[in-house]
Amino acid sequence: MMKLSKYVLYDILRSKIILAYTIFLFIVSLSMLQMEDNSSKAMLSLLNIVLIVLPLVSLVFTTIHYYNSYEFIELMSSQPMSRTRILLSEFAGVSISLLSAFFIGIGIPVLLYAANDTGFALLFTGGALTLVFTSIAFFASVSARDKARGIGFALLLWFYFALIYDGLVLLILFSFSDYPLEKLTLLLSALNPIDLGRIFIMLKMDVSALMGYTGALYKDFFGSGSGILFTTGIMLLWIILPLWAAIRKFNKKDL
Amino acid sequence: MIRIEHISKRFKKLQALNNISARFDRGQVISLIGPNSSGKTTLIKSILGMIKPNSGKIFVEEQLIDGDPSYRRDIGYMPQIGRYPDNMKIGQLFKMLQHIRNMDESKLDKSLIHQFGLEKIFEKPMRTLSGGTRQKVSAAIAFLFNPSILILDEPTAGLDPLAAEILKEKILEEKKKNKLILITSHILSDLDDLTTHVMYMQEGKMQFFKDIETLQEETGELRLGKAIARIMKGEQFSNDWIGKMIQAKKNDKKPL
Repeated sequence: MMKLSKYVLYDILRSKIILAYTIFLFIVSLSMLQMEDNSSKAMLSLLNIVLIVLPLVSLVFTTIHYYNSYEFIELMSSQPMSRTRILLSEFAGVSISLLSAFFIGIGIPVLLYAANDTGFALLFTGGALTLVFTSIAFFASVSARDKARGIGFALLLWFYFALIYDGLVLLILFSFSDYPLEKLTLLLSALNPIDLGRIFIMLKMDVSALMGYTGALYKDFFGSGSGILFTTGIMLLWIILPLWAAIRKFNKKDL
Repeated sequence: MIRIEHISKRFKKLQALNNISARFDRGQVISLIGPNSSGKTTLIKSILGMIKPNSGKIFVEEQLIDGDPSYRRDIGYMPQIGRYPDNMKIGQLFKMLQHIRNMDESKLDKSLIHQFGLEKIFEKPMRTLSGGTRQKVSAAIAFLFNPSILILDEPTAGLDPLAAEILKEKILEEKKKNKLILITSHILSDLDDLTTHVMYMQEGKMQFFKDIETLQEETGELRLGKAIARIMKGEQFSNDWIGKMIQAKKNDKKPL
């Protein structure tokens, strides 16, 4: 499988978009960490980049890459090569390049200036979110036949996870505010990888003290060892399930 | 070598393949003929596993094509429109395919690469190539791994006369090696010296599958083009074509 991924990677590196993305992340995170004298404030700004920009770039880049390499996929499918292997190689190539962009662009500055608990949580969340949204983007692009629809679908998913979902959760919390909802909010957070990542990082910061009763419950849950295990497990599910669905769809598709 | 059992494929409104069964064997050169959108390419792509039929089974070398892709090792495919990664150079494309197939350098058949003079343009990126050069690359790839089954979708379309001749020579050469060759083409004169069998399709249905001698006998035409033209026009086959010929001779003599 690595054989094919090598060519996918080679193709991605040629386009230089990944290089620009890496430099962008590097400059942003470096300037934030240098300008703020309080590193936890800088981390809060970085958190927003990780939660908003990273999923968006992963989704759009993966979708565009998929449609651009359609010829490659078509060529490979006439060779003795299974469809599963082709798609997994594509996934490996894209996620390796996006992950390295993230770890070079944000990882290095964070390790230099804020190598603490929060920093590692941020890196973990960023890496996981990159993989999750790459996987979701593969599902979106395999499902839609043409480029415009594929990118549209991917953007819609981003809007949903980054913006709409929070609104829906707030709506639920307000309308049922008379009931004890702590357990429910915990469950709801697991249904959105961005929310899960946000909670996971926030609880490592001092600001979590401001979050009141729910925050205390969260701290109790996520702060413990089982909380880390829970986060990792849910993130893994978010990576594996869309990819699995994408492979299933891809195997039945006419090329 | 290839056995097709009752395959059907439907694209929304269009019935592309309608219950087709056939058997292709070693040493045959089969011409797939039919009007546009009669399902020729769909049939070919189904054999390659690129299109999944709604029903029916396809066997290659007695192996059901479902899942295990190793059967494609024996197949060389030349697509109708060769589409390749834009950024890749021709040389890289060949190198990549060799790397993926993992075949001994000595077993490769590079004759078409030499004959088409592709080495000289190995450094050209695929996106800059003209349609004809693309076809040359596709042909060279199809023959490169010395497969025992060749599937050529409109091989001569877009090629210049010289290149088309080279390709035809190559196909004839492979025919002598007792391989199975499947060709679709609208240029029937190209198929004349190659074909051993004709499969005629229309609107997703197989109208007939006959060897060339039978076809010539039934239509009374020696040239494949004329024979097929007769069928396409919907003329009835005349079994006593000898009688017709005599009639024609008589008519010729009348003015005398």
